[in-house]
Amino acid sequence: MVDFGGWELPQQYTSIREEHIAVRKVAGLFDISHMGRFQVTGEAGLAFLQSLLTNDLSRIGRGRAQYNLMCNDHGGILDDLVVYWGDDGFTVVVNAANRERDLEWMRSHAPSSVELEDRTFELALIALQGPRAQELLPAKGLDDLPYFGCRPGEVAGVSAFVSRTGYTGEDGFEIFVSADLVGEVWDAILKNGAGQGVLPAGLGARDATRLEAALRLYGNDMDDNVNPYEAGLGWTVRLDKGEFIGRDSLRRIKRDGPARTLVGLTTAPGDIARHGAAVRRHDRVVGSVTSGTHSFFLGHPIALALVEAASLRVGETAGVDVRGRQASAEVVQLPFYRGSARSAAAPAKS
Amino acid sequence: MAGRLYTKSHEWLTVDGKSVTVGITDFAQSQLGDVVFLELPKAGRKLDAGETFGVVESVKAASDLYSPVSGRVSAVNEQLAGKPELINSDPYGDGWILKLELAGDLPTDLMDEAAYKKSTESQT
Repeated sequence: MVDFGGWELPQQYTSIREEHIAVRKVAGLFDISHMGRFQVTGEAGLAFLQSLLTNDLSRIGRGRAQYNLMCNDHGGILDDLVVYWGDDGFTVVVNAANRERDLEWMRSHAPSSVELEDRTFELALIALQGPRAQELLPAKGLDDLPYFGCRPGEVAGVSAFVSRTGYTGEDGFEIFVSADLVGEVWDAILKNGAGQGVLPAGLGARDATRLEAALRLYGNDMDDNVNPYEAGLGWTVRLDKGEFIGRDSLRRIKRDGPARTLVGLTTAPGDIARHGAAVRRHDRVVGSVTSGTHSFFLGHPIALALVEAASLRVGETAGVDVRGRQASAEVVQLPFYRGSARSAAAPAKS
Repeated sequence: MAGRLYTKSHEWLTVDGKSVTVGITDFAQSQLGDVVFLELPKAGRKLDAGETFGVVESVKAASDLYSPVSGRVSAVNEQLAGKPELINSDPYGDGWILKLELAGDLPTDLMDEAAYKKSTESQT
């Protein structure tokens, strides 16, 4: 068990390797109840979220979810989150470590006509992720749910709110269910998939699969000193949607070009570049690794690094510090692996 | 051959005359998680007791390996290069790491199984 934003989470249930491969080949079941869940209701809910977030919610509608960033006045990323547009308002899912800060930030900007409720502790969240997730989820009537679609449904006979989203690069579902019934649903999903290779998957498998899919992790790959263009998330910023916090700064950053850029690195087996490791080009430090692990699925280590803009191009060789020496790394196209997720143009975040 | 002995840094060793076999304990492998790589010395290298002789890299972190005795490396488990997961699946058997030709006496701070077990119980 490891501490993750104040929650005790398993690094692995059995083996990171087996859980990771299960997610890529069959499906893995994640307990992601540590993530913050806010309910936004009231007539001004849409306008409120539009004024805080970078993406344009008017491009979706009820029954759809959207990946979003919340920035400060300087364009620094306060959090990355997903907004689910339900029948009675919006559910916003944020990172566990940022829950309290996000809530305070959102409350300080909320008009009186908006109700903002923290439902983290009454509503659990689990995710079944993998190429066979649809076939192996014990639910009816969800097969036609589109990628990034969401709606009420029944999983294992229990009422839930279900979305076709995730944080692994695979097809899959995120299931919001009452905390007192989540154990029942969890057990039913595992029982249903037991003979097929469905495994419960811990943080280790979650980190490896999200990194292969090049999905950013807040606190590692970005924080409030990193802007969306540096993080390679410029596609989530809709400067033309109307006023929102950080817009003026982001417009300027876009015009001038970001100072740094996030790149993908691969290294030889054994050379795992860890968070914070210096990245060099011709012996000059150009940045550092933000996330790095060994990919059991790809068979070699992978890493994301935040480096000076245009300092490293795909196909070039960089140097990276591994255990006190310099190892050779290849700069590669992101993502490292494209799974069964329906749309590559809309990276998911659970 | 006597029973397994253990170090504070979670290596185990068995002693057969002057030949010492070294690995990491089941407790160590469970704390490290899935092992993905080992950096090991070549046969012939001389090591002092307590000296770093290699690195075990798991998905979580890289950890140093310490020689439990003074001696010369006589063999390295070549299987680990292709199958580092043997450290996890069979830490006291096929997951052995190296053999040393003992020089001098065994250090006095090695633990027997009961003492080692007791020392790890406070760490879980």
